[in-house]
Amino acid sequence: MHVTIDEDGCVGAGQCALAAPEVFDQRDEDGIVVLLDETPAPHLHEATRAAATLCPALAIHLAE
Amino acid sequence: MSEPSSKPAFPRKHAAGCPFDPAEDYQGFRENDPVARVSCPAGVDAWLVTRYDDVRTVLGSSALSSSVPPIAHADPQAVFDDPVLPGSILQLDGAEHVRLRRLLTAEFSVKRIQALRPHIQQVIDSHVDAMLESGGPVDLVRALALPIPSLVICELLGVPYAQRDRFEKQSAIMSSVDVDPVIAKQADVEIMGYVRDLVHEKMRDPGDDLTSRLIRRSEESPRPLTVDELVMLVLSLLVAGHETTTNMIALGTTVLLRHPDQVEALRTEPGLLPSAVEELLRYLTIVHFGLFRSVTQDIPLGAETLRAGDWLIAALASGNRDASVFSDADRLDVRRRPAAHLGFGYGAHQCLGQQLARVELQQVFGTLFTRVPTLRLAVPVEELDFKDDSVVYGLHSLPVTW
Repeated sequence: MHVTIDEDGCVGAGQCALAAPEVFDQRDEDGIVVLLDETPAPHLHEATRAAATLCPALAIHLAE
Repeated sequence: MSEPSSKPAFPRKHAAGCPFDPAEDYQGFRENDPVARVSCPAGVDAWLVTRYDDVRTVLGSSALSSSVPPIAHADPQAVFDDPVLPGSILQLDGAEHVRLRRLLTAEFSVKRIQALRPHIQQVIDSHVDAMLESGGPVDLVRALALPIPSLVICELLGVPYAQRDRFEKQSAIMSSVDVDPVIAKQADVEIMGYVRDLVHEKMRDPGDDLTSRLIRRSEESPRPLTVDELVMLVLSLLVAGHETTTNMIALGTTVLLRHPDQVEALRTEPGLLPSAVEELLRYLTIVHFGLFRSVTQDIPLGAETLRAGDWLIAALASGNRDASVFSDADRLDVRRRPAAHLGFGYGAHQCLGQQLARVELQQVFGTLFTRVPTLRLAVPVEELDFKDDSVVYGLHSLPVTW
């Protein structure tokens, strides 16, 4: 699994950081997504997919 | 526009005798006419989008504008051509909306809100203490549902302690619909005055609060906010911070009291609280009229094409009961696996304060049903006074005892 993010599209809702905190965080200064792990381990795949689905801005892209 | 419409009416009421369920009509729309033309109380026809996937598609699209108030369709007195006031974050599109939202997103991030959890718990404990000391029956809206979110948002915004009572009183009036319009207008003007004073005070003497940080962040941005924009933005947070969580606490408590098995599950497995809150947000969909938008570019949707200039209603409550996404969708199930419900909306305007709402609701329900295990309604459910006509669905009062 390879994760990419679209910082410009991010609306800072925090859904990803809540669903998959090992993979996504939010910048302290503006709440925008920070990708912690662009190739998450298999045990994180389900949470990462959930984060991509939850994102209200479609700012998370997964290549599997 | 004034011709009599032969189209079905927008389903404005909840299901007959089922105050927790959306109108029965929605199921028929989802099955037979998922992108339907309906006539609205506001006197216009609109597309009614009722399936979960379609609701996400339209709210995620940049071919829609939010410039008309999000529930205007349901309001017979709606005015469609009022100019959008500067700083009205709910009604701005594209880059103008992003400019405002990005000044606030840091304040409502997961980490920032998690750090508030112990303090929120203290606020809840002190209100539950006071409720228990007073003895039942009490109105849970006045005892907990209104003051807890109100105190939390006032503290966050840096409203001085001495002014909190006045803020609470005026904002309660502002968010009701069953108030004399003259009194409502007066409350509007008064609270706007308070917020303007607050903004000026924080400009002169900044503190460790959201309003002061917003002002500083704005000053450092390429195009700082005007005072009018700041006032409107802070006012939006104040109103949104009261109204929604208050109604979720009151409605959520009521619906849980009607499902004792689910309350028992929460008591024995507190780890279920996060999924229970998501489920309540899905099941209750307090933004019960859905979201009103205008189409700015043609959008193909199912068998229809929505044309630029058309009106559209994204029926959040219907999408949240779409059985193709949520199995047994009309059943409340606190163990339901978390899914991307529409309770906070979807798209660029999805609820900014959702992390705060989650933490408040998790702590309130966790505390209330543990500390008051014999909690029960003090009147039959048929006598409860639901906010059928309000922007946000909820209860005017909730008599409980224990």
